[in-house]
Formats: sequence, structure tokens, C-alpha cells
Amino acid sequence: MSGNMNLTLKVWRQKNDKTRGKFVTYQANGISQDMSFLEMLDVVNEDLVRKGEDPIHFDHDCREGICGMCSLHINGRPHGPKQGTTTCQLHMRSFHDGQTIVIEPWRASAFPVIKDLAVDRTAFDRIQQAGGYVNVNTGGVPDANTIPIPKVVADEAFESATCIGCGACVAACKNASAMLFVSAKISQYALMPQGQTERYSRAQAMVAQMDAEGFGSCTNTGACEAECPVGIKLTNIARMNREYLNAKIFKEEEAH
Amino acid sequence: MLDSKVPAGPLAEKWSKHKFNLKLVNPANKRKYTIIVVGTGLAGSSAAASLAELGYNVKAFCYQDSPRRAHSIAAQGGINAAKNYQNDGDSVYRLFYDTIKGGDYRAREANVYRLAEVSVNIIDQCVAQGVPFAREYGGLLDNRSFGGAQVSRTFYARGQTGQQLLLGAYSALNRQINKGKIEMFNRHEMLDLVTIDGHARGIITRNMVTGAIESHEGHAVLLCTGGYGNVFFLSTNAMGCNVTAAWRAHKRGAFFANPCYTQIHPTCIPVTGDHQSKLTLMSESLRNDGRVWVPKTVELAQKLRKGEIKISDIKEEDRDYYLERKYPSFGNLVPRDVASRNAKEVVDEGRGVGASGIAVFLDFEDAIKRLGEDTVRAKYGNLFDMYYQITDENPYKQPMRIYPAVHYTMGGLWVDYNLMTSVPGLYALGECNFSDHGANRLGASALMQGLADGYFVIPYTVGDYLAGLGFDPVDKNHPNFEKTRKEVEENVHRLLSLKGSKTVDDIHKKLGHIMWEYCGMARNEVGLTKAKGLIQELRREFWSDVTVLGENEEMNQSLEKAGRVADFLELGELMVDDALNRRESCGGHFREESQTEEGEAKRDDENFRYVAAWEYQGENQPEVLHKEALEFENVKLTQRSYK
Repeated sequence: MSGNMNLTLKVWRQKNDKTRGKFVTYQANGISQDMSFLEMLDVVNEDLVRKGEDPIHFDHDCREGICGMCSLHINGRPHGPKQGTTTCQLHMRSFHDGQTIVIEPWRASAFPVIKDLAVDRTAFDRIQQAGGYVNVNTGGVPDANTIPIPKVVADEAFESATCIGCGACVAACKNASAMLFVSAKISQYALMPQGQTERYSRAQAMVAQMDAEGFGSCTNTGACEAECPVGIKLTNIARMNREYLNAKIFKEEEAH
Repeated sequence: MLDSKVPAGPLAEKWSKHKFNLKLVNPANKRKYTIIVVGTGLAGSSAAASLAELGYNVKAFCYQDSPRRAHSIAAQGGINAAKNYQNDGDSVYRLFYDTIKGGDYRAREANVYRLAEVSVNIIDQCVAQGVPFAREYGGLLDNRSFGGAQVSRTFYARGQTGQQLLLGAYSALNRQINKGKIEMFNRHEMLDLVTIDGHARGIITRNMVTGAIESHEGHAVLLCTGGYGNVFFLSTNAMGCNVTAAWRAHKRGAFFANPCYTQIHPTCIPVTGDHQSKLTLMSESLRNDGRVWVPKTVELAQKLRKGEIKISDIKEEDRDYYLERKYPSFGNLVPRDVASRNAKEVVDEGRGVGASGIAVFLDFEDAIKRLGEDTVRAKYGNLFDMYYQITDENPYKQPMRIYPAVHYTMGGLWVDYNLMTSVPGLYALGECNFSDHGANRLGASALMQGLADGYFVIPYTVGDYLAGLGFDPVDKNHPNFEKTRKEVEENVHRLLSLKGSKTVDDIHKKLGHIMWEYCGMARNEVGLTKAKGLIQELRREFWSDVTVLGENEEMNQSLEKAGRVADFLELGELMVDDALNRRESCGGHFREESQTEEGEAKRDDENFRYVAAWEYQGENQPEVLHKEALEFENVKLTQRSYK
């Protein structure tokens, strides 16, 4: 592969949620273009540890773009400059020798910083807990082929269900709105027949929790869709709004 | 001899009869019991949700920032179930048979049959949760053939089946959290097991944000903590996957079974350099349409590696589709262990491709010609994108380069038919137990096992144990809680006092090299003996010359990593011991001393038809081997043949 790069990193360092953070500059030298962005940070961290300095803390796990744990704001964009990728799937060939890279955590009051680049996204869990499920117990369910679901419907529900819950939509939004995330789950169940019986109460419960967590409102800018690493569409938000409105007008039993 | 508690009677009736014979806990009494579930992957989430639905109080733990991120999420290909929706001759018995055979006759018949039996319920359950499986135009569920199966029994959601199933189980988990039946602890790592009078009664965890070392008591503890593939440093596991919970339980009395059984998956993106932190799997569903080949001669391979010729310059007759050539009936779909060994063989011969020469081609040219690029994109689009992203090579235009990588561990904590370990009250589910896959796991069977254990086995079997306990709450003031907590604290401080010159990753990488070299795709007496010494040496190096920074009372990823690697350094030696002991080849365990004339794995049923379960004896003491004889009453043991 072509030559190695020398880079300047400006990284947000913050000891915990009680202290103020600041940018610290590091040099990352001899970085191969084949490295992933997180492997580049691994290299920097190994150097820091050797010097006895606390390594840069960041969340990451599967490094395959599916777990949704990595969450870096790179040069002003969630998950960096490439469209449709998570940070872990971003490779250094997207950068050039001599470049300065600014790395920040997600910025949203509903996502407080835990340390350095790691933030607390449990607000997302709580929204799901409020209604992101079908009320079925294990066992006693009908055969899987009892209800045929048109392929186009199943595929559309799948598209919504692929949300990885990383929070890039919130980080990208000037209002720190979580509408794309919430609407993806509401859409999946609004589309699938299994989600019909509770579609209105679900929409209300999840939206109420979203508001309680302090996420901002949606002003239809579309930054969330543009930055979503898995391509969750803005139409989900339209569907959520319809579900929510219907929920306000109709009773649950009139939904069907 | 170990007692597996497999019930008597005909194979097909064992589970039904056993369910009837298991004791029940009265619905009104279930709330008097607390069950601890560690790990929230498919096994953990499904178990926690199902037990909470029954009325038990559940405390669930995961090290990630959310239970939804457990590594089950990354499973790509699909989940097997004996639904026979395709009318192609599938049945519970056939799924059972394929799994037993695929595991090279080193799994328990009764467990595997039960797995096949409940597989059909899993699909029903997931559909009822709103999991958007792939469907046909008529609206019914679609299936594909997967990983060596000759029937189409694999249900899937594009290349993201694990994600969709896990989010289904996560939704069931969330529902019970909302109802107050599950208390969820994110960013908590289990660091020890608390036993009272030999029974599991709680765990010690570290809060990974504050560093608080806490005790949690429960009437039973379920470990659903996944596999130990990261002992190899490079694997397809997530970065955080570790053996710590299982290993600490092992040190408290849980036997560790068949640790040497590791699965090296044939289709992964090859290693590019020393900086690499993990390997990425390309789902083996790709082998349904992709053809594996290398140049026929070493000379051609050399020219290709040096860039003197292009791939397209290699004529059809100069390409060796070695799997199709050697295994005409299974072709590219031979089981994983066979595909991996053959890749190693051609690379060792000098016919590998890519700059390093450590790779083979997986070619879609014919599939694209036959099906069209759009169809191929619809089937594998996300995998092709991922490959493109990582390698900067377009797989629609040139063949993928692939090479085997550590993927799954069939070994794990020994459990009986009820999934209970050798410590009463301690259970192991999913990949962290050893029970269902023998010496080699078939594709699309890991998701099946995780959910079978969590949704449909443990809800029955745990009740049988609890029903015998009485209703007293666990005594949280029992001195063993404080004692174990102190020991954990001391261990943490011991790690934090290490101020040497090596980083934890330095040691972990070295361990990985040793394991890959001597306890990887091919193993022999000399290499394994050498590895044992090297690991012992490395362990000394770790405890004398590694550096761990920071304090306990903060988020400290150095400390987390150090604790996990310390445990891997102990496990690694046990894996080598187990591989040394098993002087036969079976499934993923290939002892060079034991092969057929054609170079295939050769079992020694007379001497090794048993589960090797190891009992911990204390620091630096050799572990004691217990054997569980494997009885095959229904299938005839044969030499596996995929020709």
C-alpha cells in the first residue's frame, strides 16, 4: 500500500462528567492507509501508555459497523467524512498526509460525557423500554407462517429495523433531536402486522419518553438522514408523526 | 465419570418426558427468587426476558453501554430451524443428525436432539416479536441453504440476522425492564462468582464508570457470556469479548470442557498488518454463490503476488477450484473446519494470493453472470459493501481475498442436560457452554443454540433447581460475599500496581501469536509442548513487566483489558493441555499425528469418545481431567466424508 501518513490530532479529553474538558493535541506518525480509524487511535494509545499517559477513552466493540458502540465526531461530522459508515469502518485512506483531525464526543445534553470520547446513551435504552416491543411472552405464539407479510412490507420494516442505535442522528442534529432513532423503531412495528395491536400506545409512550430525556425537536433539516451510517430514511419520521397524530385522534381500538 | 443427567428413554421423547419430570415453582412463589443473568446476547437477553415473564426477579448485566450491543448482533448468515417449509426433506431428526455429524461426533445426542426440536419454536417466537425475516413474494418466510446443509433450513434477515434476532430479544428484555421485573446493569463487568456451601449465590461486579466493586446476590446465576476466541488476539469477536466471567467461575469450581475446540472460520478478510485489531468475517453464505480458488501452480501464484500478471490473466484451466475438485458432492459448501484446513494447505504450498500470499480467492464472476449483478447485490449487498470499505477492492469486479480466522469456540463451561455447571445453581448458556456443537459448529447454529437455551430450555430447568431451595432470600451478609469482594479488590489493585515496560496489548499479541501458531488450525505434540512453556513464560512477563495505568475509581480501559488478558493467559495454557491430551483429530481440532491418508481429520473413537472436563486446582497447578463418555444410541459413528 502507498506511503504512511503523519497526522495531527486534536482530541477532546475530559476526566469525567464533573470536570471540564479540553482539546489536547497529539501527533500520529507513520499511520498506514489500511488502518481503520480506531486502529489509528489504538496506535496513539499504545504510545501514550508507553509514556505513562492515560490513553484516550472511546467506546467501540464489534468493529464491524453493526454494534453501534463507536461514536466519534470527526472533523465536525458524526462517524467522519465518509457517507454511510460507522467510525470503526472508516479507514485512514479517507485522510491525507499532514492533515489535522479534530475528534470530539457526541454533543447532546441527553448524552452526557462519561470520559473523553465516551458518552452515556442510556436515554436510548429508556426510550425503547417505554414501548419498543410487541407484548408477547415466550411460547404460545402461532406458527411463523400463519400471517403472510408482503415482501415489500417486510423489506421496508427491515430497513427501519437496521438502526444500530449509535446516536449519530442526535449528534448531527442542531437540535439534538432523537426523532430518527425513535421513528425507526416505531416504523418497524407500524409496518409489521405483529405491531398493529399496540401501534398507537407505543407511539405515544416512546415519544413521551423521548421528550422526557431532553432531546430536541425536529425541524426537518435532514442532517440525521445524511449522517446515519446505515441509511435510516427521513420518511420514518413522517410515519412516526402520522402514528402519533392518529394516536391523539383515535382510540387504540379504532386503529385497525 | 461425570453425570450428564440425560434422561432415559427414546431420543425423541427425552425432552418431553424430562419437562414433565422437572419440578415446578408455584406462580405465586416465583417472585421470591432472584436470578442473575450475566451477558445480554441472544442467550442472556432471551433467558432474562423469559424468566422475568414467568415471574422471577432478574438482575441482568452487560459490559457494553447497552444490552443491544452484545456480539450476537454481528452474526450475519442466519438461523437454522427444522421447519421443512421448503418441502425438501428436512426434519427434526435430519437437523439433529447434521449437527451431530457436523460436530464430528463429539456432542451429546440428547442435547443436540433437543436443540433441533425447539428450533421450530424459535422462529415462531421471533416472528411474533416482529422480527423482519426475509420473505418470498407470497409473503411466507424465505429460506436458504447454508454452510454444508443439503436442505434449505436457514432463516435470515439479509446479512444481519444476528442483529434482528438480538434486537427482538432486546425488545423482550426491555419490556420486562419496563415492568420492573428485570433490573438492568449496563457497563458492569462480572469479576467473580460467590458460592455459599458450594452453591452459586451471587456475583461480584465492577461498575465500569465509577469503579465500584459491588456484590449481587441471587438464587441462581446464569452465565451467558459468549466465547473465548479473543485468546488469539485476532479474531472475529468484538474487542470486548472475554473469558473472564467463565474463567472466574471455573476457578470457583465450574469444570471447563473441551477448551481446545475452536472454530477457525474459512471466510474472513485477511490480515493486512501488525496494527490490526480484529478480523472481519464475510458470512459463509457467500460460499453458496462464490467459488473458492487459487492458481494451479506456485509459479503463477508468485507472478500474481508480485503484480506481474493480473487475476484476469489467469486462464480458467489454470485456476484450481480446490474444494470443488476434492469434494465434488459438497464443493464450496464443505463444513468450516474442512474449508479452513484446505485454505491453509494451499497457502502452505505457496499458492496463496494477495500481497502477503496468505489468502485465497472467493470469486463471484460466475454468479454475477448467472444471476445478474442486481440479484447478487440483493443477496449479499451489505457484505460486498463491507468488504469494499475495508479492503478498497470492489468484489463485483474482482474476486474477494479471504483467509480463515478464529471465530467461535465450541468448548466452554461443562453443563449437564439442564445446562447446570458442576457448581449447583450456576448455569451456562449459549456459546459459553460446551454442549451442542461437539468439535465443530455448523453455520447458522450459534443463533439457534443461544435462543434455544434462553427461550426454551432454561425456563424449565432452572425451576427444578429453585423448587428444591425453599423460599429464604439469599443471605447477603454471608461472609463469603465480603471475602470474595475483597479478593476481587485485591486483584484489581495488584493489576494497578504493575508499572513495567510492556503494554497489555504487547502481551496479548504475543499470546495470540503463540496460540495461532501452535494451537490453531493444525496442532502437534512438539508445538503444543513448546507453546505450554511459552505461555507460562509470558504469564510471568505479564505479572512482572506489564504496565497498567490510572485508578480503579474511574472509567479505566487499561484496567479492563489487563484483567481480561490475565485470564486469557491462564486459559491459553488449559487449551494447550486439552489439545495435548486429545491425541486424535476431530472437527476443528486437527492433530497432525492423526490424519487419514488423504489428509482429513481422523478420529479415535475408541480412546477419545469423551468430553474432557477440567477441574481447577489452584494457581500454577495442573488441572484434573474428568471424562464424560459420549454414548451414541441413535447415530452410527462414521468417518465424516464430504466427497
